Amino acid sequence: MAAALRIAGLKKSFGGLPAIADVTLEVAEGERRLIIGPNGAGKTTLFNLLTGDLSRDAGSITLFGEEVARLSTWRRCHRGLARTYQIITLFPKDTLEHNVALSLLGLSRRRWSMFGRLPASFYADAREVLARVGLEKVASRPIAEVAYGEKRRVEIAMALAQKPRVLLLDEPLAGLSREERGQLKSLIAGIPRETTVVMIEHDMDTALDLADRITVLHYGRVIVEGTRAEVVADPKTREVYLGH
Amino acid sequence: MKTPLAVIVLAALLPLLAGEYYINLASQIVIFAVFAASINLLLGYGGLATLGHAAYLGVAAYLSAFLYLKLQLAHWAIAPLALIGTTLMAGVFGLVALRATGLGFLMLTLALSQVLWGTAYRWVSVTDGDNGLRGLARPMPFGINMNEAMPFYYFVLVIGVFAIWMMARFVSSPFGATLRGTRDQPRRMSALGYDVWLIRWITFIYAGFWGAVSGLLFVYYHKYIHPVSLSLANSAEGLLAVIAGGSGTLAGPIVGAAIVLLLKNWASAYIERWNMLLGFVFVFIVVLMPEGVVPGVKRLWQRRSASRG
Repeated sequence: MAAALRIAGLKKSFGGLPAIADVTLEVAEGERRLIIGPNGAGKTTLFNLLTGDLSRDAGSITLFGEEVARLSTWRRCHRGLARTYQIITLFPKDTLEHNVALSLLGLSRRRWSMFGRLPASFYADAREVLARVGLEKVASRPIAEVAYGEKRRVEIAMALAQKPRVLLLDEPLAGLSREERGQLKSLIAGIPRETTVVMIEHDMDTALDLADRITVLHYGRVIVEGTRAEVVADPKTREVYLGH
Repeated sequence: MKTPLAVIVLAALLPLLAGEYYINLASQIVIFAVFAASINLLLGYGGLATLGHAAYLGVAAYLSAFLYLKLQLAHWAIAPLALIGTTLMAGVFGLVALRATGLGFLMLTLALSQVLWGTAYRWVSVTDGDNGLRGLARPMPFGINMNEAMPFYYFVLVIGVFAIWMMARFVSSPFGATLRGTRDQPRRMSALGYDVWLIRWITFIYAGFWGAVSGLLFVYYHKYIHPVSLSLANSAEGLLAVIAGGSGTLAGPIVGAAIVLLLKNWASAYIERWNMLLGFVFVFIVVLMPEGVVPGVKRLWQRRSASRG
């Protein structure tokens, strides 16, 4: 399978402190890749470099063979890269359907329309996406009025609405109850294989069964990479997580 | 839709009910409302607080007066030249000011307008310095004499209503939705595929254009332009009108403009230190209704209805 995402020699420091110290990894098309590591391992920094929220110090990022490291965040989105945020980043005064409609509009030429109205089809499509994540009943409620778990699902709905080629999920299960985790894991498991999924999860046990391959980050470096069995069996993983 | 129509009808009936003084005052309110509404595009919908918007009002007015008085061009040629010139300037100023956001943006807009303000004072051969440019005649569309208060008021009202309508369409369009998105979550908007900088720049230019329109009306009304029109005080007054009326609402800048001009005109007739009163009124509004008069009254009304129901 061709590589959907290829990262080579990626580096990023903050005030001389390396957050990402020479990361190289490759994610195949359609793969489910889990990136784990303790707090401060550089997981979210890695995502911010992939999306262009942060600029790299060195290294290359290739999306389906195209070098994207020099592209701005919005251009990378148009190349098929979507993400969710660890800290929920939605439009709290707007309805759920408006949030998703904004996501749909982001890839449409209509976003430049200055004197028309947003066509009703955008809201119809938004409701369809919300139905996929089980939120059709609250589609017309403002974000501020729905529960935390529902906001997490809106984050994913906004990303899925863009039919991304590569989807980056930043701790999508964080802060959820056991029941909500189960629901969201089913939702992630149901994402079609046309979308490559790279997921960060702080807690190793939570998301292992979602992944084809797992990368363990520690102090901004890849220390282990492999299948679930390989990673669990590796002593370096035990050292990072258990300290022995 | 009913309320805006009712306001337009009332505004159209005003000359039949009021004397010349109030008709002229209403003309000034409409002109200032267009100016404030153009600031509202940046502040209320884009989250970009500017202290330099008087630059567009002042430059359009100066261009118009200069072309009329020094080059003796006709109004029909002057108006588009002044609007195009000022809008192009807004484009260039936007390139500079939008290098920053927040306080940096505020300071850059202030600095740019102060450059123009200083130039207007010092470039005497073009601007007549502290004397200002005087002697401008009002245009006469379709041969109508605009020197009378009533026809000029209707002229201003038609353009004012059109301007507010165009700005209302702009903010309720898909582009307007993206603009509000860049105000609330710029980082998320980039991740959703929006070029946040370009959205802000286009809005900056559009706001500059309507600021220029208010400048043309301003110079037609006063038949005179002085460097003080480009001053920080003028920009700040527009900004305060938006904040007092309610930023991010269509009616807010209109109400804010009315508050500022009514206070200025009425209070200055009775109180020597009317600026102090204006300050107290702003403090009162911000304390009582931090979101501005229009959303504040709406909130109080809803609370009252809820307690009755």
